[in-house]
Amino acid sequence: MSWGVIGLTVRYGRRTALSDVSLRAEPGTVSCVVGGDGAGKTTLLRALVGAAPISSGVVLRPATTAIGYLSAGTGVYPDLTVRENLDFTAQAYGLRERKYRGLLERAGLADVWDRLGGELSGGMRQKLGVTMALLHRPQLVVLDEPTTGVDPASRAQIARLIAAAAADGAAVVFTTSYLDEAERAGEVLVLDGGVGLTEGGPDKIVAEAQGQVWAVAGRPERGFAWRRADGWRVWSAEQLPGMAAARPDLQDAVIVAALQHRQRQEAA
Amino acid sequence: MWAIAVKEFNQLRRDRRMLAMLIAIPLLLLVVFGYAASFDVSSVPTVVVGPHAAAVASRLPTLLEVRSTDSAQNRDDAVAALRDGTATAAVVTAADGSVRILVDGSDLFAARAVSAGGNAARLPVEVLFNPDLTTSVIMVPGLIGIVLVFVGTLATALGVVRERQAGTLEQLAVMPFRAWQVFLGKVVPYFLVAVVDTAIVVTAGITLFGVPFTGAVGTFTLGVLLFLFVTLGIGVLISTVSQNQGQAMQLAMMTLLPQVLLSGLLFPIASMAAGVRWISYLLPLTYFIQVSRGVLVKATPIGALWFPLLMLAVLGVVVFGLSVLRFRRDLAPKARS
Repeated sequence: MSWGVIGLTVRYGRRTALSDVSLRAEPGTVSCVVGGDGAGKTTLLRALVGAAPISSGVVLRPATTAIGYLSAGTGVYPDLTVRENLDFTAQAYGLRERKYRGLLERAGLADVWDRLGGELSGGMRQKLGVTMALLHRPQLVVLDEPTTGVDPASRAQIARLIAAAAADGAAVVFTTSYLDEAERAGEVLVLDGGVGLTEGGPDKIVAEAQGQVWAVAGRPERGFAWRRADGWRVWSAEQLPGMAAARPDLQDAVIVAALQHRQRQEAA
Repeated sequence: MWAIAVKEFNQLRRDRRMLAMLIAIPLLLLVVFGYAASFDVSSVPTVVVGPHAAAVASRLPTLLEVRSTDSAQNRDDAVAALRDGTATAAVVTAADGSVRILVDGSDLFAARAVSAGGNAARLPVEVLFNPDLTTSVIMVPGLIGIVLVFVGTLATALGVVRERQAGTLEQLAVMPFRAWQVFLGKVVPYFLVAVVDTAIVVTAGITLFGVPFTGAVGTFTLGVLLFLFVTLGIGVLISTVSQNQGQAMQLAMMTLLPQVLLSGLLFPIASMAAGVRWISYLLPLTYFIQVSRGVLVKATPIGALWFPLLMLAVLGVVVFGLSVLRFRRDLAPKARS
């Protein structure tokens, strides 16, 4: 059974937060939702788990007992210890076995067992939130920005937890602002302004990026440009002096998709 | 300095609750202290009994507002009328022509006014239930109500809002809980704390202040449970309209203040201006104080307390019902999936 949303529209009063968005989450795979601020990523995840009202479309999700969710606020109780937070989650999902030592070791939280949630660093809190979402081995794991504000080592630990959950057969959906994380996902959905711009495997999204992306050392005078570690990228129909054809990666492809979308909107 | 002042005004302009409080509280205090804060008693509901009831009733001072005269009734009937709260004073006439005034000592200010009036008219006055007119005997049963409002409303509201503020309420909504389970799970701990608090305050009142417990424990317990039903409901209701603990605290104070000032705890309701008095009859603490003082001080039987108990039940159903509906809306969006 696969989960996800089909033709989902979410409206808050007159404002449309999501318009006709679809996302597939297959068991054993990791799907990633990317997009800028206000793109609708959190709304999509909230609708997927049943925490946001939907205006139209179809949501396919398992029973609440088989959903693991990390909300944007981490869901960690600041006035409970790590152990008490996990005990509460275990109790909520009716888990008899309270052996989470292995999971905590994988998350790097074994040494903070008795520390209050509010005393954890931001990264540790995120890892505890992910651990709580995975504790009952859910069929559908939904994580809202699990790696935001987390140091690189902790990001790697969270990535390992996500990969292990998928290997265990769960369908994992997460949002991120880091496109290097999206590149490792099986399926990527790019959102902008509540609209799905493109979706598919990272390679497919890169291959389908329309137009030419150029590499240039300094900031160009014309064309849509964005900064990369090794200089600038330009999306332009014409080759200007100093530009060399660049092989776009997922980050370039996502920016190109957003630029195309805005061009279409302006033309309309 | 100017930049901070402008910023503060902009924030204040958007904090509607704070603005409402800044305007409502001075108005409330003005109204309360202008129209309600009066210890002066101008009329005391009175029954006149005994063979010369009719003749004596016509000669009584205006302070004693005669509600009924019955020549067939005797002193026992008069005591029962005071105990049940149908009258605050009773004039008992005897066959030999002697007259004795009985007054309900749980109504402190009325009792003092009647005692003063009786002494002036050289009539014997007997204060029942609280013969020494001790203030603590009257205040402690009311303070039990304040404790219950404090725990029931304030602590519950803060407890639920804390969940929203920490972002964990949404997590609960997605967990395999039904809305009623979350609701009860949040409310039951505060309910138990309030019950324990009540037991402590009652015990302290009896042992430290000599407050009597003359009535039925069952009737008092029923009153406490019904009153908690209302105050916990108000607490949850406040939490559903508050985004943070500060807002919840403000709203809880706005419900607490009128109850302290207008419930009859401090000022006699009968002395309040009619324009303010009706507010008293909408406040749950007004009815709880009637039950609490009645049971503890006067041994009022449950049959005579049916009206305040019924009012607490009605207020409880309305407030609790509203809070459950709002709480459900918070937890379960109208998803179509």
